[in-house]
Amino acid sequence: MNLALKDIRHNLGRFVLTTIGVGMLLMVVMGMAGIYRGVVEDATLLIDRIGTDLWVVQHDTRGPFAEVSRVPASLVHRVRAVPGVRDSREFVYHTIQRERDGKPFRMAVLGLSWPSDKGDWVPLIAGRPLAQNHFEMIADVSLGVRLDERLSFGKETYRVVGITRNMISSGGDGIAFFTVVDAEAIQFDSSGEAVRLERAARKGRGERSEIGTKLPSLVEQAAKPSGELPAIARPQISAVMVQVAPGTSVEQVAATISGWSDVSVHTRSEQAEFLLKGSVDKARRQLGLFRVLLTLIAAIIMALILYTLTLEKIHSIALLQLIGARKPVILGLILQQALMLGFGGYAIAYLLGQRLFPLFPRRVIVTGDDLLQLAVIVLAISFASSVLGIWKALLVKPNEALS
Amino acid sequence: MNESPAIEAIDLTKVYGSGNTEVVAMRNASMTVRRGEVVALLGPSGSGKSTFLTAVGLINPPTSGRIRIGGHQVLDGPLAQANLTAFRRQHVGFVFQKSNLIPFLNARENVQIALELNDSSPRAARQRALELLEELGVRDRSENLPSMLSGGQQQRVALARALANQPSILLADEPTAALDSGNGRQVMELFARLAHEHGTGVIVVTHDQRALSVFDTIYEMEDGILNLQPKEAVV
Repeated sequence: MNLALKDIRHNLGRFVLTTIGVGMLLMVVMGMAGIYRGVVEDATLLIDRIGTDLWVVQHDTRGPFAEVSRVPASLVHRVRAVPGVRDSREFVYHTIQRERDGKPFRMAVLGLSWPSDKGDWVPLIAGRPLAQNHFEMIADVSLGVRLDERLSFGKETYRVVGITRNMISSGGDGIAFFTVVDAEAIQFDSSGEAVRLERAARKGRGERSEIGTKLPSLVEQAAKPSGELPAIARPQISAVMVQVAPGTSVEQVAATISGWSDVSVHTRSEQAEFLLKGSVDKARRQLGLFRVLLTLIAAIIMALILYTLTLEKIHSIALLQLIGARKPVILGLILQQALMLGFGGYAIAYLLGQRLFPLFPRRVIVTGDDLLQLAVIVLAISFASSVLGIWKALLVKPNEALS
Repeated sequence: MNESPAIEAIDLTKVYGSGNTEVVAMRNASMTVRRGEVVALLGPSGSGKSTFLTAVGLINPPTSGRIRIGGHQVLDGPLAQANLTAFRRQHVGFVFQKSNLIPFLNARENVQIALELNDSSPRAARQRALELLEELGVRDRSENLPSMLSGGQQQRVALARALANQPSILLADEPTAALDSGNGRQVMELFARLAHEHGTGVIVVTHDQRALSVFDTIYEMEDGILNLQPKEAVV
């Protein structure tokens, strides 16, 4: 006869409610691990999906995913000339926040190096990759935009031609893919007044300088749009992505580029590591600490519940001892209830999590390893939390049944 | 059949505390109960009745003295203290005034658990439990929880559990105190009938003077001293 089950049957409502409570607590513990996995997955997904071999970034920086990186657009051509490089592409990446329907609208803007990169590697759930150099975009579904919807950024309007999923920045914002030119236009957009003021300022600086006095035609040039001025470089890009030719050593190409004093070069795995050891690491530690705290709280709550359940059974335990129950029978009663509470809660945590985690604003990825780890933790806290109840039960004497 | 007495308690003394705080709760108490004999133990509150009952029930061993149950020497014999629980399970049955039953087990399970603890298979224990409940007239309440039983029915179930392992001795502490006089008398008669039928020695601590006629022998305890009373003088 299973005494633990019989006792639970007798107090079914309370036990079920308690188990649901423990389950919800464990769901949060499970969710914490899932949120961390989601953060890591989101952070490294883009690097993995882009699949480039090397990242050439601003000198002494860790690349565009870790900090601001600025390199000249012409670096693409310099890198392409390195022996062993099959292809090099511009990489433009930044986050913007605008307003849409009266609500903040944040997105990470990623520039695709048209025409060599049209976003064919982006996994689409609807629509198509980019088909023209301007005014088209691919958006992550989390941004809440629809296919064929038109969105205005700066002075231009962009049509959503493709919808992707799970393309999230390390900050949790959905990514939108544009051509590099459009991405830069969004990033460096200025109002007409600002442009006019800058031209006037340029002209004024020219007129005040000696060279402007000697060469009046230069002052006239300064008043023109910057795109028409050969002396003004194109806007800078975030990084250059390098694809190494088959059969060529990535390390060898990296060694060549790292010899240049104006840039730094990182492999794909280094780029991912910088990301994980940077901002994601703090999130990981924070989530980890929170998880430990929640696990401790779950253990304490379980211990108190089991202690209370044991206190309520003191007379029954004394009676059982009086009629000759061995100690393992009494201990088994408490331990089995602890395990039922723990694993009942675990099952509820899993089932609730399956339904609730997809509703979270950021991805929650619960892996088999995490589930196994939590199962071991639940087993451990079930044992630990039963100690208090077992200790109390061991103090009970059979003659207490007489009182 | 084992013809040794159900229980022999010889010179039992129980002392609580020491020095200035020493209290002698029971002094040189001796009693022999034959198989099938029903013994009443009378006495005022605090006279040492419960001390005697818990001593011979191996719950609260005496400070000195010897106890033989069903022919087995306990406490100072080969039976070690650690084995008392197992010995009690097989040889001693208990019935109390109230709260006799485990509240989360139904009537059948309350009897069945005593058998299962004594290594009966669940199927055999269930069958035997139902037979005992039938014998005690509460078979129809076998699936009811104790909270759904009357006081008399609860005592019958408790008696069934106490008899489940065919103990040598049955110890009852005020088993009819919570019952009305009719039910109390019925339960006492049941004790006597079952003791004779099962060959079990019974010691009943009671204040209930109305049911003394069912007892074979009557003892009285006063200030820790146990005395045999002539039945004719008490009843």
